[in-house]
Amino acid sequence: MIRLDNVTKRFPGGQEALSGLSLSVDKGEMVFVTGHSGAGKSTLLRLIALIERPTSGEVIVNSQNTRRVKRRKIPAYRRQIGMVFQDHKLLYDRPVFDNVALPLIIAGVSRRDAGRRVRAALDQVSLLHKEKQSPQTLSAGEQQRVGIARAIVTRPKVLIADEPTGNLDPDLSLEVMRIFRRFNEVGVTLLIASHDIALIDRLGCRRIALEAGRLQEEVDPWE
Amino acid sequence: MGITRNADAVAPVRSSGAFSIWLTCHASNAVGALGRLSRQPFASLMIVLVISVTLALPAAINVIVKNVQSLSSNWDNALDFTVYLKQDISVSDAEGLLRLIRQRADIETVELITSDQALAEFKEQSGFGAALEQLGENPLPHTLVVRPGPGNTGASLILLQEEIGNLPEAELVQVDTEWVQRFHAILDIVRQAIAIGALLLGIAIVVIIGNTIRLDIENRREEIEVTKLIGASNAFVRRPFLWTGFWYGLLGGGFALLLVQYGLYLLQGPVSRLAGLYQGNISVASLNLTESATILGISVFLGLFASWVTAARHMRRIEPK
Repeated sequence: MIRLDNVTKRFPGGQEALSGLSLSVDKGEMVFVTGHSGAGKSTLLRLIALIERPTSGEVIVNSQNTRRVKRRKIPAYRRQIGMVFQDHKLLYDRPVFDNVALPLIIAGVSRRDAGRRVRAALDQVSLLHKEKQSPQTLSAGEQQRVGIARAIVTRPKVLIADEPTGNLDPDLSLEVMRIFRRFNEVGVTLLIASHDIALIDRLGCRRIALEAGRLQEEVDPWE
Repeated sequence: MGITRNADAVAPVRSSGAFSIWLTCHASNAVGALGRLSRQPFASLMIVLVISVTLALPAAINVIVKNVQSLSSNWDNALDFTVYLKQDISVSDAEGLLRLIRQRADIETVELITSDQALAEFKEQSGFGAALEQLGENPLPHTLVVRPGPGNTGASLILLQEEIGNLPEAELVQVDTEWVQRFHAILDIVRQAIAIGALLLGIAIVVIIGNTIRLDIENRREEIEVTKLIGASNAFVRRPFLWTGFWYGLLGGGFALLLVQYGLYLLQGPVSRLAGLYQGNISVASLNLTESATILGISVFLGLFASWVTAARHMRRIEPK
């Protein structure tokens, strides 16, 4: 579902965020990327989200080579990927419902259909009763769950998350991870950047460790 | 909590007809943009006022010119000139000349005022009756008042005047209404000046709206970034700003119309007083439907143009980081 072939990302200053990285995530897999800050976790996710393009190598997502996605086609490409961010990236000038509905509105779903889907998504993160509230009135954990509801409301096949539990305490982190786990159980492919190794080990998922832009180790609990 | 509990959760994303989506999207953007303007009523009002004053200025001057022109068009058929005949011409000769001139195609009417009639009229109007009695003979010549036909141009008028002035019986041709032509020339210059001024003011409006939209975009930069991050196209993030520009244009244009109409309403009283003094029947013509629609149209166009240029320029620059 996600494949990187010998990917190098060099920034204008000459600094290399990723150096010849190759990895693959199968369909329906839930994989964590770990590493210190600056190891290249975020850069990896940004290449998948086409916020950046690789200096060399291929990034293939959902059978599409991102190199061939033209600038004008980037929005359509992004719409098939769910994205969750450490800082939630919610819009604070509108209620929870509108935040979650935004990807559907962008995709051109009619308001009536959107309403049903938004409620279904909010139900999955147990926030159905908060749809009319402003995100500002929610706790950090709740805000992150709104972010997750927004990421999954369009039923993407692939979901990427950058430090989704970075700002949460252990209990809330586990709750968020359980939500991800449930998506994984219905076939969503997930790639999650995190440095919380203890938590990851409890979930029993494959773990890719990055170090200075290179693959350091791969831990697969099933092998 | 089972993930498949809700059937809607697993239904594929279904899109309605492309056109109806496009329409709904625009409608909600239109309402949303209007809502944003109303949430900052003071700032929005200021901009609408600036636009409307900028528009009302050339529109008002244009209306004034139009009114003055229609006023002076009453004088157009008063391009009469007076031909004073030589003293030694007899009444019958003058009448012969009258018949001769009357036959010309380029002349509407000719009127003969004999020296006796002129004297009688002068006596009556000037109040010098007694003094004039002292004069042995009538010092006034016969005169012909010629009104040229409506088909005449400025050049043919001059030609006509020269031709009649060169008649052996004519002593002097006096054109009373040359100033009307000069006045029209001045109006033409004023019109040109308005056109140039309106162009400059139009550019000013584009700059004002463009700058406002640019600030709006900067204020909502984060929102634009997030929206783009979750797959919004440039067109999608641009749309609300186009509507903002549209509303600025429409409201500014509407306000400009009100300003002009109100100004004309204020002028109505003094003008009819002046008209009363001249025993004239002058009314102030206001903007007609076509002119009003043109002003609104120009205003909306400027609003859309400004927001389009600004949004197109800035949207490409704002990319998620």
